Amino acid sequence: MLRETHLNGLLMLALLIVPLAALALNEPFIITLATKVTILALAGVGLNLALGQGGLISFGHAIFFGLGGYSMGILASHAQSFTPLMEVPFLIEGTKLMPVIWIVAIAVSCLAALLVGLLSLRTSGVYFIMVTLAFGQMFYYFAISWPAYGGEDGLVIFVRNEFPGLNTLVPIQFFGLCFAVLCAVLFFVSKLNKSAFGLALSGAHFNAERAETVGIDITRVRLVAFVISAGITGLAGALFADLNRFVSPTMFSWHTSGQIMIFIILGGVARLYGPIAGAAVYIILEHYLGAFSDYWQIYLGLILLFVVLFAQGGLIGGLSKREAAHD
Amino acid sequence: MTEPILTVRDVHKAFGALKASDGISLDLKPGEIHALIGPNGAGKSTLIKQIAGGLTPDRGTVHFEGREISGDTVYERARLGLGRTFQISALAMQFTVLENVVLGLVGESGSVFRFFRPVMKNPAYLERAHHALKRVGLQDHAQTKTAELSHGQRRQLEVAVALTLEPKAFLMDEPMAGLGAEGSKALTGFLRELKAEAPILLVEHDMDAVFALADRISVLVYGKIIATGSVAEIRANPEVRAAYLGHEEVEA
Amino acid sequence: MSTILLIEQLLNGLQFGVMLFLMAAGLTLIFGVMGLINLAHGSLYMVGAFAAAGVAGLTGSFALALIASLAAAAMFGALIELTVIRRLYKRDHLDQVLATFALILVFSEGTRWAFGSFPLFLNIPDMLSGTVMLPGGIEYSLYRLTIIGIGLLVAAGLFLLISKTRVGMRIRAGENDREMISALGVDISVLYTLVFALGAALAGLSGALVGAIQSVEVGMGEPVLILAFVVIVIGGIGSIKGALAGAILVGVTDTMGRTLLPVIFGSFMDPSAATSVGSALASMLIYILMAGVLVFKPTGLFGEA
Repeated sequence: MLRETHLNGLLMLALLIVPLAALALNEPFIITLATKVTILALAGVGLNLALGQGGLISFGHAIFFGLGGYSMGILASHAQSFTPLMEVPFLIEGTKLMPVIWIVAIAVSCLAALLVGLLSLRTSGVYFIMVTLAFGQMFYYFAISWPAYGGEDGLVIFVRNEFPGLNTLVPIQFFGLCFAVLCAVLFFVSKLNKSAFGLALSGAHFNAERAETVGIDITRVRLVAFVISAGITGLAGALFADLNRFVSPTMFSWHTSGQIMIFIILGGVARLYGPIAGAAVYIILEHYLGAFSDYWQIYLGLILLFVVLFAQGGLIGGLSKREAAHD
Repeated sequence: MTEPILTVRDVHKAFGALKASDGISLDLKPGEIHALIGPNGAGKSTLIKQIAGGLTPDRGTVHFEGREISGDTVYERARLGLGRTFQISALAMQFTVLENVVLGLVGESGSVFRFFRPVMKNPAYLERAHHALKRVGLQDHAQTKTAELSHGQRRQLEVAVALTLEPKAFLMDEPMAGLGAEGSKALTGFLRELKAEAPILLVEHDMDAVFALADRISVLVYGKIIATGSVAEIRANPEVRAAYLGHEEVEA
Repeated sequence: MSTILLIEQLLNGLQFGVMLFLMAAGLTLIFGVMGLINLAHGSLYMVGAFAAAGVAGLTGSFALALIASLAAAAMFGALIELTVIRRLYKRDHLDQVLATFALILVFSEGTRWAFGSFPLFLNIPDMLSGTVMLPGGIEYSLYRLTIIGIGLLVAAGLFLLISKTRVGMRIRAGENDREMISALGVDISVLYTLVFALGAALAGLSGALVGAIQSVEVGMGEPVLILAFVVIVIGGIGSIKGALAGAILVGVTDTMGRTLLPVIFGSFMDPSAATSVGSALASMLIYILMAGVLVFKPTGLFGEA
């Protein structure tokens, strides 16, 4: 029989083995695809904390993905042109160091999530979806109309940023770094889900009235979850920008929010490892269907429709249930 | 005379033209069960919501242990020690029985923002949770999914969750609803025991239970309390008989 | 800046608002009656515009083009209601969002496949081109004025439909009590299909009318859809009155902001910086408006508490 934990283990193993095999076979493109899956899965793990565990249907997570990306883009662009970010009141210079970029990306995303969350969480249900969608669009238009960092054209970073002790330009090393980050975040989120906070967050999702009646301030719990979730997605945005060595307003587009949501639904809502399966399926579809037809998103749309209408529980739900029924 | 724990004073609440609370005053004293009865649509639920939070009175105040709470949120009132059970079971159905109780303990202890310790392995919580489950007779169902419980068992769980809060007063909204004769009898005995720990404001339709349990009864009709008194006084009150109780029931 | 230009921009804002109303009214009606959030509403806007551009290209008649936009959007609306949407009424909002997002992918890529990636153009008919002289010596585009007129007529029609007719009564009953309406023997699924098709037709009409001012292209409906959401959040969900007030507020604020903010910043900054700061801020203005409404009245201006 195949339990969900075993399936999750297999999934992570596959994500590790595929690029290693690609290295042996000298297929660097496959390594890049696996890195993309890893980073997008990370973005999905972030959203899943708010959406799956907390029931907060945020259609604005592209905000944080984009802010993470632009944190990287802005810091690195200043470093590559040797111009300081600002001089008054104190000097801030650009950097090419990933750990610093990550911290900035997480901090900026969390701060934005605090503001967006404070406003959006005044509403609930369908309003929350519309409000987060609208704030996402606000960031998108701002990125387009603000000319300092490339406006509509975005920013190109010529050399990938550095991580002490690694050569990030070697695809397998950059993959390893991203994979390690994903593992660390998965460990963190799994702890979180089992903690008092995790119980309160799902309690507020399953029965808000009950959670309040036992003395839990559900708005604060949700706000904290939204902020943590945004921090993770922001970190993914910084890594994604480093993978492509390019950032553009597209990272803020509502299609990006939708895409991150698709990873979750394809993999299975509220399953910790769901976004990894979902992102993998998405990238495989994009790669192979994309080669087969320019209009591959029609098929993606139909697959998504099928999953939503008929296969709730997603890939992991479907596989582990079916296997469980065999024993 | 003992000071009341809970005092509702001259509370008004209108929805458009409908006066759901029309100058209601009542109190709850230590050690008593105060039953609130009245026909459907009399405004009982509206009153409960104004006491527990969720609805703010247009006028009038609610005091708890001498402190005004009319403007506090639901969770703030809960943290002060106001334990509530619901008319329709309000439990997290996807949780296990134990998780529902532990959720109550997390709220009660104010330890929501703990991010790393596994909450379901916290010995202090587990001990208190199992104790509460034992008191209501659900000790064998700790790992059962709440959705799989029977109606009566969900009622018991509601009470168990309320117990974990170690409340200073209970608000119970129709705890007997949907229970069979057997279940009602068991719960009646349990509530009689419970009132020594904390007084209960009991909204209930089951008149047998009310007459068996209540130290005092208030009758709410069209947003107004038309009478408050002992079981005997209420049974004898002609206004109550006219407005609410059927004659046979009174003579029974 | 002259008063005349200001009034002209005010009218442009009104025209934009009226178009947003056609979108928001359908969305809010569908949400109010069926409890469904429909992201694919922007696709129906696009369908209307493409149908109009296609028919106008074939026949040269603008009137036929408008009829085609209504018919095509209503038809596609009814089609997706029957095949997909009706399975979603009882689902949670997450499923609704994802399924209708999937529909967007299918519609957008399907349209790209059928019409290509290049924008189509829909010309303003000769009869409506040119300008008219308004009182006060303001010269204004006849076509835009016509759009304002059509929009206000539709708004009046919707108010009448909902408050005076039998169908409207059923719609209101459905909003309040779904059980009751089925107990009355009204075939609720037919009513739902009709309401959905009506909302779709309004979106299609809006797309066709705007298509003659802007270009007709894939993805044109999505920014409008999100603006319509802003309108609904500001106006309050389920309320046609709220949709009208919110739409005009958003339309006027957005248009005036884009005109005025660069000018205002120009009075104390150098011109190129003023243009970039002003236009960046103008692009965010309606979202700031929305944030303000959320702070003071989270259920929207006309929403119920």
